[in-house]
Amino acid sequence: MANKINKPGLNDDVYAPMLSPWRAKAKISLVFFIILFFLWYSSRTTGVDFGDLIMGFTNMGQIIDKLFPINMDVLGPAFDRLIETIHMAIIASTFSTIIVIPVSLLAANNITQNWFIYNATRLIMNILRTIPDVVLAVIFVGIFGTGPIGGIVALFIFSLGILAKLISETVEAIDMQPIEAMRASGANTIQSIAYGVMPQVAPQFTSFALYVFEINIRASVVIGLVGAGGIGQLLMSQFSFNNYGAVMTIILVIFVVVVIIEYISTKIREAII
Amino acid sequence: MANEQPPKKHIPTEKKIKRVSIAAAVLVMYIWTFMSIDIDWKEAFNRFASNYNVVVPQLFSPNWARAGEVIEKMIETVFIAYVGSLAAAILAVPLGFLAAINMTNNRFLSTVGKWILSAVRAFPEIILAIMFVVVVGPNPFAGILAIAIGSTGMLGKLYAEVLESIDMNVVEAMQANGANKIQIMFHGIIPQVIPEFLSYAIYRFEIDVRASTILGYVGAGGIGTMIFFAYSNRNWSDMGMILLVIIVVVTLIDYGSTYIRKRIV
Repeated sequence: MANKINKPGLNDDVYAPMLSPWRAKAKISLVFFIILFFLWYSSRTTGVDFGDLIMGFTNMGQIIDKLFPINMDVLGPAFDRLIETIHMAIIASTFSTIIVIPVSLLAANNITQNWFIYNATRLIMNILRTIPDVVLAVIFVGIFGTGPIGGIVALFIFSLGILAKLISETVEAIDMQPIEAMRASGANTIQSIAYGVMPQVAPQFTSFALYVFEINIRASVVIGLVGAGGIGQLLMSQFSFNNYGAVMTIILVIFVVVVIIEYISTKIREAII
Repeated sequence: MANEQPPKKHIPTEKKIKRVSIAAAVLVMYIWTFMSIDIDWKEAFNRFASNYNVVVPQLFSPNWARAGEVIEKMIETVFIAYVGSLAAAILAVPLGFLAAINMTNNRFLSTVGKWILSAVRAFPEIILAIMFVVVVGPNPFAGILAIAIGSTGMLGKLYAEVLESIDMNVVEAMQANGANKIQIMFHGIIPQVIPEFLSYAIYRFEIDVRASTILGYVGAGGIGTMIFFAYSNRNWSDMGMILLVIIVVVTLIDYGSTYIRKRIV
């Protein structure tokens, strides 16, 4: 007995069951095998074939022949459509940043004391966030017809979901003491939000708005594929005509714009926070 | 004297000029946007009035007859996301090490690594999918490749940030004791970063499930193919079913992944 208290044996599993190396190893190996099994199973069902990939790369010559030389004729229309894409992103980001203010306050548990409203807002926003941007675009293009307006509404809903989550989390993390002090000295709800909450979240709010603008530029490229206007629409039409030279030009244009906008927005965000 | 206001904060002139010019720039941007965007409001309103009753009620009455088929395709989508994310989680490790300045000790290499990663991140998944459909043909494998490459950009960046924030004292102590590079790697660096790496990889899997739902739209497998057909046939009750399945599966995966990530870190 004395031996057991002072000096446990090496294989004493009872002494520290969680730290037993054997168990830890068995657990990790089990997880590892589960991961590998899923990998094997899902590769089989999805038809992963590295032969295809290698074949594809040996055929790269032909594909490069298809994609290059890039078709510069499409550059003019691509530029016009690109401006449209940027406009769509600007409008959608603006409206979603305005609408998100009340929504995020309702979805923050330190501002909204009402359990039902808080959870209902959260639930709706969580559901919105699970819908892929393209599905939103498909629905709103179905409602509004092809053209930028369906895309704008889709981007608006899409970015509202993201912003509501980010900003309500920021609001929940603020210092509540100024607000309590203001309420104690007789400020009403609107006043305490305007002078207590807003100054605390303003830098993050601006930063998230820029972030959402960045996401919207990228998403508006994607939703254009289903006919919601912008450069994606042009990309899809060239793709369906198998006009690969033009497709490559448009892809390069998108690439350059995304890099530039990301760079500018990162610089502004660094300056703000 | 009762109405006397508290003294106003003095703002320097340069700051005032800066603020006014930023406001003017934003204003010009908005005027430009709203003047030049080509929207026929009347037409859009008419379409809305006529289509609303066709689309929305059907979306909310999903076509249960096709539930089996939709769920099958959704499982394929999850598989695409799984294989893609796992491949990305592995591919991103060397790139993350390359981009982390404290691992390479070489400003040039680390900048090159960061540039590669941000270049990869600039391509939306669906555009990568278009490119891989051209390379390997229209099948789920193209989708896997698109997800794998697309996720590598973000994961590599996050990995590099994790690596840059590790405790270098451990590594220095090991170097001082004469450990070689491989020993430092396995006993000094990897134990510090494994939980975060795993957590980010699982988080990325969450995003990839969402991203891979749309890949089928360009022929890269998964539920996107059904979205394409439902949209082409304007079959909104099928679309409702697809939407319902996506919402349920994505929510379940989000909860599962949040649970696992909380246990890891």
